[in-house]
Amino acid sequence: MNHFPEAWGRPRNDVYGAYDHSYLQTTGPKAHTSSPAVTGTSVVGVKFNGGVAIATDNLASYGSLARFSDVKRLRTFGDKAIVGFGGDVSDMQYLDRLLASMDINENYSPRGNMLNAKNLHTYLAKVFYKRRSEFNPLWNHVLVAGFDGEGEPFLSSADLLGTTFSAPHLATGFGAHLAVPILRRKFPEGMPLEEISQEDAVQALKDCLKVLFYRDARSIDKYSIAVVTKDGIDLKEDEQIQGQSWAFAERIKGYGAQTV
Amino acid sequence: MTSLMGNQSRGETIGYSFSEPTSANVKQHSFYPYTDNGGSTLGITGSDFAILAGDTRSTSGYNINSRMVPKVFRIGGDDETGEGAQVLLSVVGFAADGNALKEKLDTMVKMYKYKHGKPMSVSACAQRLSTILYEKRFFPYYVHAILAGLDEEGVGALYSYDPVGSYEREQCRAAGAASSLIMPFLDNQVNFKNQYIPGSGAGHALEAVKAEPLPKDTVKQLVRDAFTSAVERHIEVGDGLQMMIITKEGIEEVFIPLKQD
Amino acid sequence: MPGFDFSNYNRNAALHARGVPLPKATSTGTTIVGCVYDKGVVIAADTRATSGPIVADKNCEKLHYIAPKIWCAGAGTAADTEFTTALISSNVELHSLSTGRDPRVITCMTMLKQHLFRYQGHIGAYLVVAGVDPTGTGLYTVHAHGSTDKLPYVTMGSGSLAAMSVFESTWKPDLDRQGAIDICAEAIKAGIFNDLGSGSNVDVCVIEKDQPTQLLRNYMKPNERPQKERNYRFARGTTAWLDQRVISKEDMKKYVTIETLSGNDDLATGDSMEVDT
Repeated sequence: MNHFPEAWGRPRNDVYGAYDHSYLQTTGPKAHTSSPAVTGTSVVGVKFNGGVAIATDNLASYGSLARFSDVKRLRTFGDKAIVGFGGDVSDMQYLDRLLASMDINENYSPRGNMLNAKNLHTYLAKVFYKRRSEFNPLWNHVLVAGFDGEGEPFLSSADLLGTTFSAPHLATGFGAHLAVPILRRKFPEGMPLEEISQEDAVQALKDCLKVLFYRDARSIDKYSIAVVTKDGIDLKEDEQIQGQSWAFAERIKGYGAQTV
Repeated sequence: MTSLMGNQSRGETIGYSFSEPTSANVKQHSFYPYTDNGGSTLGITGSDFAILAGDTRSTSGYNINSRMVPKVFRIGGDDETGEGAQVLLSVVGFAADGNALKEKLDTMVKMYKYKHGKPMSVSACAQRLSTILYEKRFFPYYVHAILAGLDEEGVGALYSYDPVGSYEREQCRAAGAASSLIMPFLDNQVNFKNQYIPGSGAGHALEAVKAEPLPKDTVKQLVRDAFTSAVERHIEVGDGLQMMIITKEGIEEVFIPLKQD
Repeated sequence: MPGFDFSNYNRNAALHARGVPLPKATSTGTTIVGCVYDKGVVIAADTRATSGPIVADKNCEKLHYIAPKIWCAGAGTAADTEFTTALISSNVELHSLSTGRDPRVITCMTMLKQHLFRYQGHIGAYLVVAGVDPTGTGLYTVHAHGSTDKLPYVTMGSGSLAAMSVFESTWKPDLDRQGAIDICAEAIKAGIFNDLGSGSNVDVCVIEKDQPTQLLRNYMKPNERPQKERNYRFARGTTAWLDQRVISKEDMKKYVTIETLSGNDDLATGDSMEVDT
């Protein structure tokens, strides 16, 4: 208790700190996106002999609410590149518009859209890096799949900070923890790409999505999957995870002594 | 609605009469524009060569992003492959900043060549890199850079930088996650620090072993041993070792596997 | 008074409030797993202990003895897993002596969770408890706050997701002994190679009814260090010194007793301890 009646009944400042009025402020610096709102979870991708396969589930979450269950998070660019989006859905839609206008512009040139997946990845990484440098990030982590300038399969990642890296198999979000170990076990880094068939790659992605559905609370069993080869893109957007097994659950009774 | 990540520890402090009052009017920005991608680099010079090396692991937190992300680059080459380059740059720290820095320096060195019709000297390139870093004094490139090449006399030249552009020419330098593990080893094995000539005297009269430029093969061995040792004791170092050796004949690049755990 | 001594708590909290950092504990940023099979249960662990990004121990033991047929894999703060399991091991033995029965896994799990709940998570022990007892096989996880889980396969530690990805993609019911060992070792390897907090070797413990418990220390060693390229032996006299003093054996005898052993004795033993048999 002190000598300021207006403070009586309030939590003590010296114990709990002064009351935080900042959320009420109307002046001050311009507020940018400082946290994502509606979000998509993992994107998984893997290179194989002659192409790249990439997949996401179709859920957009609002915090812990499964808000939209039919969101398409794979986006084609031209006829040989594809982007998988994780993170904020509104920022994804902004990037979608950005890429759409770029695609239109490119198609006005006499030779059509000549940009390959590698060019697209470089562009997206620079957009991300520029926005993070302005403290106005695009809250996404994307995978870009397709081919590079030499016609080799290309798979690379870019995130909200502009960080980029590539590997024979990649995953964003929860997939970085759960799917990457599965893919690294199936297709070790030293394994030549010629030994990985398209069927094995697609099956591995489906296995990953199943494990993610088992263990990622922000996932769903409806997914999109795309395969990029020299012949073009085969995109399926309304798939259902097959062959789920909940057999282990039958023998679980309680968390300790319970037996019935 | 969604949880704010990052600095929330303030509300947790225990209140005492002497505790600092928390400034309530400052709104915390929850976006932090940096991350640490781990890894380590090192450079050593000799009388007619310079070596720059780095591991190829990229990390975020306890995750391995990729096992093959090179940290050493050719600067001022004629095309995408870096053919014709006479300067090497290694960057370690925040990889996105590292990339931006590399591209900026690469452009500068290329522009110099197009404008003046001759390649940029290593010392000029070193000074230019310093100003590039200092330009962003209040929003720095979060990287520890090392520049290597051959000076006007053909002697190996190595320049190391802090994130805001302070730089120095040195014989050897380790940077990045395991720098505190590697640098003392380099002090002892390259500059012979703490080594004295046996029987040269007693007490303070003892004569220190004089540092001399080491032969290339010895340096290569030291680099490999430095990295295999760092891999043993630092969790962010591993997967692969990239070594670039610059001599008057050109640039040689080698990759050696490291432990993957 | 038994238990923890809190007399420095206020001083440390005050120092911390003024910006003195808390001491860094060695943590076993870890992968630990467990899996039941038809006749018993297997637990396994990696062998890396870390202090921040530095590897503190390259081959530490994370499988702890509780009773002959109850073992525990520990993740979290190294000291907490060590002391908590030792304490519960002691109490389990006393309990089994007083009841005249073999200890049960559920008893051990309950003692652990009650102990940890009492300390509200301040004891940072994350455990996988496994064993066989007269009621059958038991496999549980115990979190630092005191919650428990009972599942046919479990993982814990910083590598738990990498390890769980192996179980979720390859586990099937009715595994045999070797099948359970294989899947556990594979899960630990997933942790070793994908999680930076885990590394080095695989330790396995197999507990089976009517069989002696087998601790397979370093069951796999997938990360052996390559040979160093140079020799780092220094010539005698390389290190500088300012003063030297030679203490002879005769001088030392004033302070300690010296016994000279014959050269071909492999083992030097002191006075043998009295043990009741």
